[in-house]
Amino acid sequence: MAEPVPNPVLKIENLRKNFGGLVVTDGISLDINAGELHAVIGPNGAGKTTLINQISGLLEPSAGAIYLNGEDVTALPPNRRAALGLARSFQITSVLPRFSALENVALAVQARSGSSYSFTGRADSETALNDAAMQALTEVSLESRADVLAAHLSHGEKRALELAIALAMQPKLLLLDEPMAGTGPEESERLIVVLQRLKGRFAMMLVEHDMNAVFALADRISVLTYGRILASGAPAAVRADPAVMTAYLGEELE
Amino acid sequence: MSLSVTAAPRAYKFEAVPIAIFLVLALAPVAASFGAESYLLGLFTRVMIYGIAALALDLLCGYGGLVSFGHAAFVGIGAYSVAILGSHGITDMTVTLPVALIVSAVFAFLTGTVCLRTKSVYFIMITLAFGQMIYFVAGSLSPYGGDDGLTVSLRSTLFGFPVFENDRALYYGVLLFLLASYLLCRAIVYSRFGRVFRGARENPTRMATIGYDVFRYQRVAYVIAGAIGGLSGFLLANATEFVSPAYMSWQRSGELIIMVLFGGLGTLHGAIVGAAAFLLLEDLLSGVTENWKLIFGPMLVLIVLFARGGLLGLGQSIKERFSRG
Repeated sequence: MAEPVPNPVLKIENLRKNFGGLVVTDGISLDINAGELHAVIGPNGAGKTTLINQISGLLEPSAGAIYLNGEDVTALPPNRRAALGLARSFQITSVLPRFSALENVALAVQARSGSSYSFTGRADSETALNDAAMQALTEVSLESRADVLAAHLSHGEKRALELAIALAMQPKLLLLDEPMAGTGPEESERLIVVLQRLKGRFAMMLVEHDMNAVFALADRISVLTYGRILASGAPAAVRADPAVMTAYLGEELE
Repeated sequence: MSLSVTAAPRAYKFEAVPIAIFLVLALAPVAASFGAESYLLGLFTRVMIYGIAALALDLLCGYGGLVSFGHAAFVGIGAYSVAILGSHGITDMTVTLPVALIVSAVFAFLTGTVCLRTKSVYFIMITLAFGQMIYFVAGSLSPYGGDDGLTVSLRSTLFGFPVFENDRALYYGVLLFLLASYLLCRAIVYSRFGRVFRGARENPTRMATIGYDVFRYQRVAYVIAGAIGGLSGFLLANATEFVSPAYMSWQRSGELIIMVLFGGLGTLHGAIVGAAAFLLLEDLLSGVTENWKLIFGPMLVLIVLFARGGLLGLGQSIKERFSRG
């Protein structure tokens, strides 16, 4: 009996990136299947954010290829990849500070609904955009803060807003770059619950230092050190891998 | 900080101000008829013409964060379109106006394609460079007066009718164009397009990763602002009946930036107030002393230091200063 051919949402082949003599991505290959949550962990400087930046198009790889749903996107600019269903959050919060939370999300909805080369009407009173934006805000429990300027949100709320922006894009693949960074334990718990709820709806790549979050959420874990994948597999297998223990996990898990 | 002077145009807080501005401009000729009419009409016509150019610059600077230091180039292109066509006997605005708009839009498209690849100080410098380039081109147009400039022998006609012949008619024509430019810029700011353009100033990387080709939106805005600059030049040539390379010198571009800052960045009608304040002060102070810039300079410094929102924001910032203690 033939097994069903897995159809990865993201496929990375032998990706390399060097800045001069410094190799930050050293031949990484990995894939993420539909509905799968693939966590990427590794010590600081392992090249996790560099990897996400290459997948989302902010950095050009030196070699290798990136496929989104089978389409080669290696040379596409970030906006084209977004149009193909790729959304991301940033390690350092990246929102529009002088726009309200609602407008931050509404802009993401607008990007997917019709032309933005329209010069009449008030964008901020388009109910179709605002309703969809409100729905995304509700999913991250930010609906009561919709009219607050993003600059005035708390750090945890900004992290949630990043997530809402990504959700509003109705992505096929969501890249999360340390969504828990800088949040307190309570807010982390809240974000884990939100992510658990979202799991399965689309493929996700989660880069995170919070091991509670990683082991609670991940279907597969890849361990990155010095730009290379040290180990990859189910959480239990990765946890038991002796190389991983010495390189990274040991100290954090004990 | 300056977060209170937000680009998010949710509330129509200063709605009364633009209405008042246009009422004053509409009634000014009536008041002027009581004395020194032609002088005052001429002055206010210039105010409105520079107001149009400053308005377009405010769209770029105040909403897009694109500080263009070469905006006078578009004014010059619009003015030269009228003068050069006029020297060949073409004076009807059904031809001269579209030519002025199209040539300045094309110049904006070509230079914008280069300029908008750069950011911040580099953007300022490269727009300045293009502005100076067109300034020297105009100076070398020997068939059209070279450095000495060129006289516009006949104001633009409309289907052969000399609609701009009378100074008062020209005044109201300019007022109509100012109103149209203002309404257009306002519509743009609130529209879907404007929201993307404003978002691109806040965080271009975020805008790109949610799916916007930031560069193309900025270029469209740059072309619109360039065309409005061309309109301003078209009117300027008609008002002064003369054009010269000085119209597009970097000093003129700097003056446009000063007007925008003076009135209040990112408000649109502030640009009109700024143009009025600049030209009226210039007129007033230069009557007092030849070195009027000695007085004007410190005034500008004070405005920039103590009223981030320009003249319009002055009242607001005084209030904030006291409430914060």
